[in-house]
Amino acid sequence: MTVLAPASVEPHRYLQAQIRWHGLEIAFWIAALLPFLLFKTYLVLASQIAITALFALSLDLILGYAGIVSLGHAAFFGLGSYTAGLLAKLGWGEPLTGLVIAAAVAGLVGYAASLVIARFRHLALIMITLGMGLLLHEAANSASWLTGGADGLQGVRMWPLLGYFRFDLYGVTAYTYSLIVLFLVFLASRRLIHSPFGLSLRGIRENPVRMPAIGAPSSAHIRKIYTISAAVAGTAGALLAQTTQTVSLEVLSFQRSADVLVMLILGGAGRLYGGILGAIIYLVARDQLSGFNPQYWYFWIGIMLIAVVMFLPNGVLGGLAWLRAAWRGKTA
Amino acid sequence: MIGPLVGVLFDGFAYGMLLFLLSVGLSVTLGMMNFVNLAHCSFAMLGGYVTVSLMNDLGWPFFATLPLAFLAAAAVSVVLERVLYRRLYRASDLDQCLLTIGIVFVSVASAAYIYGTVQQPVQMPDYLQGSFVVMGVNIAVYRLFLVGAALAITLILVAGLEYTRFGAQVRAAVDNQRMARGLGINVGGVFAVTFALGSGLAGLGGSLAIAIVGLDPSFAFTYLIYVLIVVSTGGLGSIGGSFVAAALLGISDVAGKYYVPQLGSFLIYLVMLGMLMWRPAGLFGKR
Repeated sequence: MTVLAPASVEPHRYLQAQIRWHGLEIAFWIAALLPFLLFKTYLVLASQIAITALFALSLDLILGYAGIVSLGHAAFFGLGSYTAGLLAKLGWGEPLTGLVIAAAVAGLVGYAASLVIARFRHLALIMITLGMGLLLHEAANSASWLTGGADGLQGVRMWPLLGYFRFDLYGVTAYTYSLIVLFLVFLASRRLIHSPFGLSLRGIRENPVRMPAIGAPSSAHIRKIYTISAAVAGTAGALLAQTTQTVSLEVLSFQRSADVLVMLILGGAGRLYGGILGAIIYLVARDQLSGFNPQYWYFWIGIMLIAVVMFLPNGVLGGLAWLRAAWRGKTA
Repeated sequence: MIGPLVGVLFDGFAYGMLLFLLSVGLSVTLGMMNFVNLAHCSFAMLGGYVTVSLMNDLGWPFFATLPLAFLAAAAVSVVLERVLYRRLYRASDLDQCLLTIGIVFVSVASAAYIYGTVQQPVQMPDYLQGSFVVMGVNIAVYRLFLVGAALAITLILVAGLEYTRFGAQVRAAVDNQRMARGLGINVGGVFAVTFALGSGLAGLGGSLAIAIVGLDPSFAFTYLIYVLIVVSTGGLGSIGGSFVAAALLGISDVAGKYYVPQLGSFLIYLVMLGMLMWRPAGLFGKR
């Protein structure tokens, strides 16, 4: 995990130093525009990556910063997806309001869930998040009159974005839309994480008992960040429903919860960019590898996961940071 | 009126015993050693495949395959324990989760590679098939056999942990590692044997279960959720707790599917969430 502020640094200056934009970050976001020029045939995949990255970012907020392990985060992703899909099916196909409403619904349910979540830790927490995810999956499966059950939600018709940009087959609108939403949510999360609130979240992750003793209410903070994270996950789900114009039962599945956890750990939890990088590696690798043997894709994911846990405890980003520190130590 | 009710109760109890046979090993590894072992059902799946291969390809009798299923799962788990698990005994829940999910992924893909994704045919011997009627209740022989096997294993395990020298060593090593080491107990060795025992039981449970629930590569994921529910609601480290939880779970699942089929598995998850919120450490949990 990341090292907290050394005691000698003045707190305001520490927070300001953290929030300054690094050159690599700017380069990364400019590189995110490359698919428009270089990989025009892969824009659909690129928009999937942006959406999944947003989902991984939402998990990073609770797992990476507040230390809340969740095996059922797809519940909020699916809620957002079904909300956006149903709105469009019932005749309101305006994307932006649909996105906001989906985020609000997911956030509201997330708040209700957070009242329970904040009281548990360890195995009980893992089991409760898992149970909530499964419960919602079963509910959506049973309520086939509303959700279409295992056949998925049919007949989602989106209106053009801002009344002008249609969702095309090549994914130009889809990628632009997803990337802009990802960037905006990322900015907000970045601001949140480097605020005093974000710092106290990291304190909760490191020691949930000591934080209340120095005047930071653990439960209230956990409820807040969990609600925010649920809303972000709902936004990601809504984006998927709107850009693909269909919702399948898979958006609520355990598989999706497990996949996003794998991506986040692969990239490096607690680093904002970890989830994004993990989503890129995971989805690009799946796109390339599953071409010749889709069944055995999970073999490699499993090997990758074992290797990351054993050898790269902070993910790819953690490994890179370690390499950089080692390099600096050598040259200095 | 009474006939179907008793029938549902019996079927539910038998199903619960099937879940117990699958999860009792996890009650040892997760419950006593505190290792979040999500790969438990991969060992069960291994046991199932060993039984199927020996019976279908080599023509072994069903009962002769059971010890081999136990040994195969135990042997593989010892290797994994020495190479991977051992390093993570003190790691966080999350790291243990991730490592074992990785193992599940690998095992599912390997099973698909070797056996294909189709359901494996399982042909039980004649004397375990069929059913008889007692006071209007239809009782399947195999289900009765499962109930008997579950009761026997519970007795052996509880007695073994309570009254033998090895059982005392395991409990000492679990309760206080440093103290146990100070008394000259080989804690690493005890843990390895306990882990092998838990996984071996999973293998045995897997080969007993496949006649009812079938066997394909998704087995490791499908039943993982059920065994986790059993162990976490029963209470960590309590074999009796797992037994009660499995029985309750089996009965409520079968009764739910019989009386309100449109709800599907909804009821089980609801029961589990309610129980966990009421008692986070499980019904008979000590920690």
